[in-house]
Amino acid sequence: MNFDEISVIALYSAMAVYALAFIFYAVDLARRSSAVGVVESASPVAADRAAGAQAAGVTTTLVRDTTTLDTTDAGAARYGRSPSLRIGVALTVIAWVLHLSADVLRGVAAGRVPWANMYEFAMTGTLVIVTVYLIVNIKIDLRFLGTFITGLVLILLGLASVNFYVAVTPLPPALQSIWLIIHVFVASTGTGFFALGFGLSVAQLLQARRESIAAGATSAVQRLMATLPSAERLEALAYRINIIGFILWTFTLMAGAIWAEKAWGRYWGWDTKEVWTFIIWVIYAGYIHARATRGWRGSRAAWLAIIGFSAVMFNFTIVNLFFKGLHAYSGL
Amino acid sequence: MTSSSDDRTPDERAHDGDGEANLARPDDHVDSQAPASVDDSVTSPKLGFVGWLRWFWRQLTSMRTALFLLLLLAIAAVPGSLVPQRSSDPNGVTQYFRDNPHLAPFLDKLQAFDVYSSAWFSAIYLLLFISLIGCVIPRTKHHLEALRAKPPRTPARLSRLDVHTERTANADADAAIEAARSQLKSAGYRVALFESRGEKSVSAERGYLRETGNLIFHSALVGMLITVGFGSGWGFTGQRVLVEGQTFVNTLSAYDSFNPGRFFSPDALDPYSLTLDDMSVTYEQKNAKAFGQPIDYLASVSVSHQGQKPTKQRIKVNEPLRTGGTDIYLLGNGYAPTITVKDPSGKVVFTDSIPFLPQDPQLTSIGIVKVPDGLAKQIGMIGLFYPTQGAKQPPFFSSYPDLEYPVLTMQVFEGDLGIDKGTPTSVYTLNTDTMTEIAGGKAASKALELMPGQTQQLPNGLGSVTFENASPTASTDDYSQSVSRFASLDFHHDPTQGWVALFAALILGGLIVSLFIPRRRIWVKVRADEGRDGALIIEYAGLARGEDPGLKAAVTAVADRHAAGLGASAPPAAEKPVPEKNSEA
Ligand code: HEM
Repeated sequence: MNFDEISVIALYSAMAVYALAFIFYAVDLARRSSAVGVVESASPVAADRAAGAQAAGVTTTLVRDTTTLDTTDAGAARYGRSPSLRIGVALTVIAWVLHLSADVLRGVAAGRVPWANMYEFAMTGTLVIVTVYLIVNIKIDLRFLGTFITGLVLILLGLASVNFYVAVTPLPPALQSIWLIIHVFVASTGTGFFALGFGLSVAQLLQARRESIAAGATSAVQRLMATLPSAERLEALAYRINIIGFILWTFTLMAGAIWAEKAWGRYWGWDTKEVWTFIIWVIYAGYIHARATRGWRGSRAAWLAIIGFSAVMFNFTIVNLFFKGLHAYSGL
Repeated sequence: MTSSSDDRTPDERAHDGDGEANLARPDDHVDSQAPASVDDSVTSPKLGFVGWLRWFWRQLTSMRTALFLLLLLAIAAVPGSLVPQRSSDPNGVTQYFRDNPHLAPFLDKLQAFDVYSSAWFSAIYLLLFISLIGCVIPRTKHHLEALRAKPPRTPARLSRLDVHTERTANADADAAIEAARSQLKSAGYRVALFESRGEKSVSAERGYLRETGNLIFHSALVGMLITVGFGSGWGFTGQRVLVEGQTFVNTLSAYDSFNPGRFFSPDALDPYSLTLDDMSVTYEQKNAKAFGQPIDYLASVSVSHQGQKPTKQRIKVNEPLRTGGTDIYLLGNGYAPTITVKDPSGKVVFTDSIPFLPQDPQLTSIGIVKVPDGLAKQIGMIGLFYPTQGAKQPPFFSSYPDLEYPVLTMQVFEGDLGIDKGTPTSVYTLNTDTMTEIAGGKAASKALELMPGQTQQLPNGLGSVTFENASPTASTDDYSQSVSRFASLDFHHDPTQGWVALFAALILGGLIVSLFIPRRRIWVKVRADEGRDGALIIEYAGLARGEDPGLKAAVTAVADRHAAGLGASAPPAAEKPVPEKNSEA
């Protein structure tokens, strides 16, 4: 058996474990929605809190409140970490180790960095997404995004390994450059942060809706959301994550331009891939501005982050596969 | 601001003590004050011309407009990725016109094939940049003032601020204040001392760099746009195809095509010479999955500058050669069979290496030979070259891109080449409208079919065609060097690249600084502890200006260090609970 075959096996194992982790995360979410009813009725402050949160929601556009950045948060603290959540995280770590081995082995098999075609981009990109998720979790508790992250990674890996698998081939001359290593790696890392930011923004929107409805929300999703941080805190978290993504993306764009200058003799030529990288950059610049604009802070800004990440995914899938351009990827 | 009658929110108080309430930011920026009702008079119908201008300018430089224009820019960029663009894919545009004869002219009217230089796209980004300039200039002025201003007066009730904590210590009030002042100063804060109603305080502010970074970022965007917009005017791009052994001298006439910028003068060309010694391609031979895939292109060249010995250099994909003020890129390569045509008496009427354009990964290539003079009639030939011919019978195809079994076939036409009228014609196309096919196709004779070193007679006794062997001394079945290669080189001269790099660095640096440097204010205030003699209560409070997740930790750290330095005896007083922001509304 050669390295590439072992890599493939490791990757499939990683996918299986991610799937398990996904299930446990999902169980945790389900638990949250049933647990909350109990907690809420048991605690007379809960209603107060919800009312307070609602008031805060209304005024977020006027007041720049930093206290909500406190690491303890009423909602999350009340629920704590269920066993299924802990198992979900542990499984994610195991899957990540398998995933990492798959990636490294693929690199060894190819004798170069494992990101030179769609299959490898997907494998490395998703690895980076999970890595970012796990590392950020050390500082900020984002475990509740586990379902989203493992789900996203599973879909991407599934698509890639079924549709895009290619045997190891040498790098064509056009890709033989140090900038391949830098540009693609930074882009993947940026994507990892944008993915987390996306998850947080979606959560923020759900939370804002729950907060705008009177306390005592009834639907499962709303009860589940009650265990998560407030919309305002989610927004602040999303912003912190997204600006890191934005800086990485800015660098991606510049590194791409430097590479294009070396390879094609011009740093910018509005090639389709360049166009989409630019569009994504502008959308996130819009997001940052929206957060600083009265009347746009809050849900509208969150929508821009969501559109931004959708554009990232569009760029990675549809643009790579169906749009014509200079960025031809080997193996497709 | 008199503190006794002041019951506005701490935010407001903190903001207007220092004359830079809104950092001169657009008035719909969240950090600025909400528009006052005075605005109503501005929108009333009695606006004069100047009033209108001012109103328009304020709209244009508002955050909302900037945001709107940014999103519009993102949307406007999309069509250029859906429809081929003349700038990056001219053949795609031609194809599009052929495939959509009705839609294409309409789209063309909308400048859909030149999106990024179209009137509408330009309008959006020009408005955006005017808005940007209108935004940055007043902010820069304000920021320069703020840099010279003292930190703001200490608010009356620190306990109302976002972050607040207290310590008690047995110390002298002046000493405590002085210790706080020097501690904050050495931590990079700008400090000022205040005294109000007998209570001494230090007011400190840091993070001006945040706004500096933001302004550098936005200004560098303008710089980048200007450089990219006008910079190309001083440069040029040129193309030249060189066959192995050929030499190029950097003068205007030596280029196959040349696109000068508006301000470019050909005198600026440095007349160095460049010879293509060897163009070599390495193909994958071990890995069966990638057999025949090119893994390396290498153009070996000799460059000599005036009065100097030639030096050996290399040009590779991703490794341009920078010499004589030009960057030289290897953008393509292929085979250039050498073809000789003789008249019936054996006199050479034509001999040249013709670059054949590759058509597929196995390098099946097409080339055109035009022989205008010396034969009874003008002839034109369309040649197909197969580096490794893979079929016994026509139709031929190439099965490997390297020279294993090279075969050249030629379809021959006689008649009028159409080049005598002086109208320029491409060397890569043959207009056969005024010509008759005499070999190949529907003609009676078969197409010529040659291997290196072979000669065949033209039909009708016109003469003969030889496919020259580039390495006649090699053994008979070694064809590896039998056909020369060509390299197609791009020459660029762009004097603004350094500027672009500089602005890119400023953009990135400014961005990082402006997003990560916290701007915050910290106040330390002492007052005597009424209950205990000689004891002080020290209050510490902080206010974030912009995103500042670390504010609380920073204030606590300041308090701990300061209190420890004073030998604070009492444990820290209970931390203030989450402030009820709306309680005073
Ligand atoms: C080419 C268009 C623009 C781009 C790409 C852009 C991008 C950005 C980015 C990335 C930031 C966040 C980083 C930072 O704080 O420095 C930012 C912040 C900011 N921009 Fe722009 N900008 C543009 C135009 C404008 C215009 C026209 C205005 C004025 C109306 C403006 C006003 C601001 C302000 C006030 C901030 C600070 C936001 C805050 O306090 O969080 N920008 N811009």
